[in-house]
Amino acid sequence: MKVSLNQKILSRNEEAAAKNRQFFAEHKVFCLNVISSPGAGKTALLERTIRDLKERYAIGVIEGDIETDKDARRIQAAGARAFQIETKGACHLSAEQVHNALKMIDAQTLDLVFIENVGNLVCPSAFDLGESGRVVILSVPEGDDKPAKYPGTFAGASVIVLNKIDLLPYVPFDLSRVLADIHTVNPQSPVLQLSAATGEGIDAWYDWLRRHLEKKQP
Amino acid sequence: MHETVVAENVLRTILEHAEKLKARPVRAVVSCGQFNALNEEAMKFAFETAAAGTVCQGMLLQIRQIPLRASCRACRTLFELNLMTPLCPQCRSEDFDIEPDAPLLLEEIEFEDKQ
Repeated sequence: MKVSLNQKILSRNEEAAAKNRQFFAEHKVFCLNVISSPGAGKTALLERTIRDLKERYAIGVIEGDIETDKDARRIQAAGARAFQIETKGACHLSAEQVHNALKMIDAQTLDLVFIENVGNLVCPSAFDLGESGRVVILSVPEGDDKPAKYPGTFAGASVIVLNKIDLLPYVPFDLSRVLADIHTVNPQSPVLQLSAATGEGIDAWYDWLRRHLEKKQP
Repeated sequence: MHETVVAENVLRTILEHAEKLKARPVRAVVSCGQFNALNEEAMKFAFETAAAGTVCQGMLLQIRQIPLRASCRACRTLFELNLMTPLCPQCRSEDFDIEPDAPLLLEEIEFEDKQ
């Protein structure tokens, strides 16, 4: 006996994501899901963004890590509200975890919520968190083959940040290849080249944020 | 290893149906698109691990990979996109729109026929 289902496997996650999406719409919160490999500079970019924009916008961060609250402490030191989710082994955040964390940072009173996902370029992209947009960060020392190796993650990005461009003179990195590979799977989203450490190119990131915060969608 | 979560979700659904039908599941079909990055070996291993000790232990899990499709902007051909050679096979154009990737689906479950 066969039972035909054609049922979405991650439907429980998608139901929770829909609740989050409704929350963001209701409270006019712009929410970005930040995805990258470990060490690409997610926290560094958020720290700098908070320091530079906290007078203008109320910003909160939901931090996802397998262990420790080190990142949440860095974010709080930079001057934003932060809540740490320790996944204890899980390689991505789920929409339900985010739903609970939103209450912990009083997200309804914020303009901008960043979800810093667990450092991983594969798994987080399969889980909709109800976010308004996705930021995928690639850093120069990781190598120029990453967009070709992880096409799904780059295809789902609303904006791609190429971080650590101050290291371009020191490591082999074919920039034109990276841009071409990103263009193949995602021709519509901008690629912003910057260094969260030196601040080079950071204004294009703030312009992108400002434009999308004004219309509250990617 | 997001396959673990996918496997647990698949198992939960199969167990619910098995309970309702009072039947033993023997085979299930999962399908996924190319951007889901679902690794077949990891998925089967995760499912076997999750299913151990349940009525699903030993059942067959089949995974159907659905290719990515794109439509050429130059000649309008609809084709299966190979990301290693991202070209329209008809006119060799590199200008195409990728169709939405297939979702992760539990397509069907087959149960043992009752005697």
